[in-house]
Amino acid sequence: MILALLQETAARALTFPGAHSVLRPHGPQALRIHELWRFLWIVALVVWVLVVAALLWGAFRRHGPEDGGERSGGGPGMHRAVVGATALTVVVLVVFLVFDFSTGRALTMAPGGELHVQVTGHQWWWEVEYPHPEPYKRATTANEIHVPVGVPVVVELQAADVIHSFWAPSLTGKRDLIPRVRSSLWFQADTPGVYRGQCAEFCGYQHAKMGFQIIAEPRAQFEAWLARQRDSARTPADTLARRGRQVFLASSCPLCHTIAGTMAGGNVGPDLTHLASRRTLAAGTLPNTRGNLAGWIVDPQRIKPGVIMPANQLAPRDLQALLAYLETLE
Amino acid sequence: MRLVPLAPFAALALALVSTLAGCQREARRFRETPPAATASPLVTDDPLQPGPVVISATARSPYEENAYAVSQGEQLYNQLNCVGCHAHGGGSYGPPLMDDEWIYGSEPENIFETIVEGRPNGMPAWRGKLSNQQVWQLVAYVRSLSGLLRPDVAPGRPDHMEARSMPQATTPARPRQSFQPPASTHP
Amino acid sequence: MSEPPIDRPRDVLAPDSAAAAEERERLELERSWRGRPGFWGWLTTTDHKRIGLRYIITAFVFFLLAGLNAALMRLQLARPESHIVGPDRYDQLFTTHGTAMMFLFAVPMVIALGLYFVPLMIGARNVAFPRLNAYGYYTYLIGGILLFVQLYLNSGPDTGWFAYVPLSGPQFSPGKRVDTWAQMVTFTEIAGLVGAVEIIVTVFKNRAPGMSLNRMPLFVWTELVTAFMILFSLPWVATGSTILLAGDRLVGTHFFNPAEGGDALLWQHVFWFFGHPEVYIVFLPALGIVSEVVQSFARREVFGYPAIVLSTIATGFLAFGLWVHHMFATTVPQLGASFFTAASAMITIPTGVQFFCWIATIWTGRPRFRVPFLFILGFFATFLIGGLSGVMIASVPFDIQVHDSFFIVAHLHYVLLGGMVFPMFAGFYYWFPKATGRMLDEGLGRLHFALWFIGVNLTFFPMHYLGLEGMPRRVYTYLAATGWGPLNLVASLGAATIAASVVAFLVNAARCWRGGRLAGADPWDGPSLEWLAASPPRPYNFQHIPVVQGRAALWERSPDRPVVTGLRTDMREVLVTTLLDAAPDSRHRHPEDTIVPFVAALATGVLFITLMFTPWAVVVGSVCLFVPLILWGWPDRREHTLELRESEERAA
Repeated sequence: MILALLQETAARALTFPGAHSVLRPHGPQALRIHELWRFLWIVALVVWVLVVAALLWGAFRRHGPEDGGERSGGGPGMHRAVVGATALTVVVLVVFLVFDFSTGRALTMAPGGELHVQVTGHQWWWEVEYPHPEPYKRATTANEIHVPVGVPVVVELQAADVIHSFWAPSLTGKRDLIPRVRSSLWFQADTPGVYRGQCAEFCGYQHAKMGFQIIAEPRAQFEAWLARQRDSARTPADTLARRGRQVFLASSCPLCHTIAGTMAGGNVGPDLTHLASRRTLAAGTLPNTRGNLAGWIVDPQRIKPGVIMPANQLAPRDLQALLAYLETLE
Repeated sequence: MRLVPLAPFAALALALVSTLAGCQREARRFRETPPAATASPLVTDDPLQPGPVVISATARSPYEENAYAVSQGEQLYNQLNCVGCHAHGGGSYGPPLMDDEWIYGSEPENIFETIVEGRPNGMPAWRGKLSNQQVWQLVAYVRSLSGLLRPDVAPGRPDHMEARSMPQATTPARPRQSFQPPASTHP
Repeated sequence: MSEPPIDRPRDVLAPDSAAAAEERERLELERSWRGRPGFWGWLTTTDHKRIGLRYIITAFVFFLLAGLNAALMRLQLARPESHIVGPDRYDQLFTTHGTAMMFLFAVPMVIALGLYFVPLMIGARNVAFPRLNAYGYYTYLIGGILLFVQLYLNSGPDTGWFAYVPLSGPQFSPGKRVDTWAQMVTFTEIAGLVGAVEIIVTVFKNRAPGMSLNRMPLFVWTELVTAFMILFSLPWVATGSTILLAGDRLVGTHFFNPAEGGDALLWQHVFWFFGHPEVYIVFLPALGIVSEVVQSFARREVFGYPAIVLSTIATGFLAFGLWVHHMFATTVPQLGASFFTAASAMITIPTGVQFFCWIATIWTGRPRFRVPFLFILGFFATFLIGGLSGVMIASVPFDIQVHDSFFIVAHLHYVLLGGMVFPMFAGFYYWFPKATGRMLDEGLGRLHFALWFIGVNLTFFPMHYLGLEGMPRRVYTYLAATGWGPLNLVASLGAATIAASVVAFLVNAARCWRGGRLAGADPWDGPSLEWLAASPPRPYNFQHIPVVQGRAALWERSPDRPVVTGLRTDMREVLVTTLLDAAPDSRHRHPEDTIVPFVAALATGVLFITLMFTPWAVVVGSVCLFVPLILWGWPDRREHTLELRESEERAA
């Protein structure tokens, strides 16, 4: 039964969009750590088997009359065995330390010429910014990080409220985001694809639904994406969408959200300038579809109880218009 | 083991339960829509709303005794930039909220109305921007600033620069640069 | 517990023979050590066995309650996106589970076992400070009740058992939930420190003559080292939780507010400087139980006694040099991290030495495969997995991958269940006859062991894989698309198996408490002194304090068994011996039963619970506490006259 379940897990993992596993590394760092892990578990397995075998053999072997008694000493043979086993433990640990330190050194050496991305952890979403010397060319998005394949990316991390932790297991290890403490990590995606990540430090109610995606794509595709993200939102041509824009601006949305090119400039929630271009909603929780978007706007507390976004009681007509507008934000 | 000796501990537990059971302090309700305290409906988008919203002058704030709601109010207070005028309660352009002086009344309904309808000389109307729940949460927080709530419900110190009382902040004679309203919690 | 037989003066009027003198002495001891009858006696007792048993049962009840939390959590996680509990409730469940398991079950349980069995194993009549002992127990009880009452009122703490700031700070945790956590910690810290002082002084000053330090049973050694570790580590978390967290939350200090110059990482250092030794505090006495059970059931003295003692002490020291390995994902510089990796790897060596010594003991002994021994075999297999995964996560690169994931959940449960609960159950089966006079049922015990062994591995082994697949810990649910569903279901089925095994144990204990087979004083042919006392032991433990002639005191093949004479029997008097050699030093008048510790604990409770609401509680509570403390130190008139009479007798 367990085997069947394992197979099911493997099958599910394949259908799951993007890798999210220490065991399926797609970057140089994750690969190094995966090598270390292979060494660790093989050694652990050998040690476990040896010790348990010795124990069971010692317990179940045919015990002779010379065994037991109040004062049986065990003899010099047993002494040698215990000392030898201890010495062997020390040797294994030294090998472990050497392997560990060399891996650690390899991981911390950051290569030059990288792409810089700033990630800010909020309760419970990720703000992603691509810095640029000219402020109007900065691109801001949320919960997804596009990177070019094969290029080292330095992620500068900060936290807006409580401690979060940035973890995309297929690419590299995690790093905590601590309020007013600057930290960073780097990774590199060697194969194009979607890599899932998730907050790893308990940060409140929706810690469970604070995911993000790293999308690694060829350089040209990435540059095109970044150029689009730097644009402001266009005023839609469609009448329904135009009405939706009015709904957006007249309601409470702009208090928290920004749409570049409009009056909306709130900085509490994610930037919505290119909402329609994103793959997910609510920090990697829902696929970005019209129905999910509507459900999220009307009753976010059902999807993520405790989230800061309030319920919005919009008339059906207004909601339709708003959705039409938000879908133009590519 | 005899069973009788457990009695005092059961009694102790009961005493603890009874003292704590009555309090509403800790409940956390995420999905609810409390009534308004003002004459007008907050959401006016839909003409098909069934009749006018009942004027409930007696509608009491449901959140005066709930620590979580007060802290949500605090969060809104910072996020909606109330800090810009009222600072963290010490006041600057707007009147201070930490003192005992209330121009338009200190009852929850009064403050609710102040927020929803706005007031002359700068207080904007938040009608249609905030849900009733959010307004009530703000009301509770604002009242906590001047000590009108139970101390065990009021929030502790926030994670930013400490609010210092500015007793003469509204006096025009005072040079403005003496007080820099601290930034919101978002660095 | 059955009452001692009522003795009347005329019973004493027997023919004047040696046996009659013996009997007279026994009755006199009975009279002077027996507490008051009835409920009042129950409340005022200072007998280490009555307090200790109560302590053990209370800790086990908290184990069951925290286990129920775990069962609910596993129910919620069995399927993706289930709605059995919401995030609010789930956060309280896991926080209370972790907090209760660490602060209300694991540490109190090892202290309680020590308070019960250490005096018996070293041939003492009671612990050194019996009233303090009672005070510690009641303080602990109040703290535990506080936590669970708050949980059931839907206002339990909800920021995890290590309550990281700023999430647990005043801004992000409104209300009194985290204050409950902080005060519960304070209560249990007091109880822990009290227990540690008890054990240290009892071990150092109340050992039977002849039991020099190098003849002490290994369980006593581990309890001693643990007590010292408690003494050095618990003040850290008490400082952290009371002064810093309560200060920040209650009176608005800024220890953890970076905007005013505080530091959020400070809390992590303070907490883990306590939190890491805590693991060894829990685990060392369990290793002591392993040593005891192994030598009893291998029917030979434990192999390499000096090596095991030195390993225990080394572990106690090294445990204080590892705390940063809980913080590798923060901003620890690489060189510093390497130091903690090396230290974490190094602590494997003393544990390894103990493992090899036990295996050598079993190898050269004649093992009896009774239930306690089965649990020890289970301990080897499971704890070793936890230890090996512990070495893995000592590595910084690997740890930053699996830190705060389900891999860690798996690791810590393997360490704590394997390293502490397996030996604890072994200890239960081993010592149950001593405490109750009845044997536990062997068949039910085997069932318990089998279900427990399968359940633990079924629950926690898949979690390693879940962690590697990216599942973070402390999530109240997960998306179906992650593919974590099937293994979570397996883990939940394992949890059900664990629940079944615990039920088997409860049935066994309930049936055998009164109805089990009578045990007699020494059902296992054990080596240490507790098997010399009656089962259950009389209030005075030993009619004659034995003189110890070797490590395995009861296995010594000496022609005579010398005992101590000359201790008063008409009043409570204990023998004080020297620290190293346990040479008789002086006789000490032992306090009578009193209600004062209970009252003092209540006053402490009032102080700390009110302190959640107002700092004035310190003033009011101190006054409340002052009264029982004065009564505590009030000179006893009867004691005074007795002393006078004694000195007169001496003079005459």
